[in-house]
Amino acid sequence: MEGVQLNMVSRERLDRMASMEKLRMIIDEVKSGRIIVLESGLSPEEEAKLIEMTMVEIDHEKFVGIEVETYRQKTGSFLGRLFGKPKGRLTVIGPANRLETLHRQSDFITAMVKFED
Amino acid sequence: MGLILRLKRRFGFIFKWFFKKDKMRIGIYGPPNAGKTTLANRILRDWTGDIMGSASEVPHETRRSRLREGVRIEVDGKSLDLDIIDTPGLATKIDFHEFLKYGLDETEAKRRAKEATEGVIEAIKWLDDLDGILLVMDSADDPFTQVNVTVVGNIEARNLPLLIVANKIDLPAASPARIKSAFPQHPVVPISALKGLNIDSLYKSLADRFG
Repeated sequence: MEGVQLNMVSRERLDRMASMEKLRMIIDEVKSGRIIVLESGLSPEEEAKLIEMTMVEIDHEKFVGIEVETYRQKTGSFLGRLFGKPKGRLTVIGPANRLETLHRQSDFITAMVKFED
Repeated sequence: MGLILRLKRRFGFIFKWFFKKDKMRIGIYGPPNAGKTTLANRILRDWTGDIMGSASEVPHETRRSRLREGVRIEVDGKSLDLDIIDTPGLATKIDFHEFLKYGLDETEAKRRAKEATEGVIEAIKWLDDLDGILLVMDSADDPFTQVNVTVVGNIEARNLPLLIVANKIDLPAASPARIKSAFPQHPVVPISALKGLNIDSLYKSLADRFG
């Protein structure tokens, strides 16, 4: 059966994982052509690290990068920003040749999942 | 992430308040083709007489970060000393096929793509060594890109001052208001770095934000 596998990772599972563990999992899954949905997303630092790791993994043939769909982080209180760990929001990550952003607003995202040519 | 690194990022700005530097190190960030190098060239031409580097319509023209030290900007009797870093365009994907559309041959396109990936990594690494950010966006493009969201999120997490530059206001489709509504908690300055439109307002905002 043709299709694209979608892996959904719960907040609890993400909370148990170290940053590098999460990022490695995302890269490995996405490089295998799967789309991954993170219930609680990534912190801004993790997002930057994910871009960095993606750049290292691009081989210019099979893997050309990732597409990330997520909303902006909510700005917390001053104390929350100082002491709290930034929490990401629902995030969908896929291979750039499979997942395409069509339209993005602050509170609404339209994306398309493409099957292989 | 290490606790010490996280604390340094969280509380670094407090030390910066007390031990204010004579010079601010400002990074120019944004997606490819937003006009980062054109803006860097405009600032340098206006205040030092030279330029940072060449700009092009082909994405990822800047593939190495470039540092220009000791740029003095004077506005309304206030002077501001800056080290300016022009960074390569940030992206989550780099496909060499995109460069073929601009007439590059495959070898050249692949070389450019490889250098562009290295440039993105370099730009991200610079985030840890900056005192402030100019985030350049194309006013005619959708501001809700992952790159913009990631850069803004990282700057907020580091508590660094941010000034958003809504560039290319000379284009018919430009809508700086869309950028303002996308990032309402940060100052936005609409300009055209290419045509020099509203540049004095940018310098005033630079002095207010980073001075």
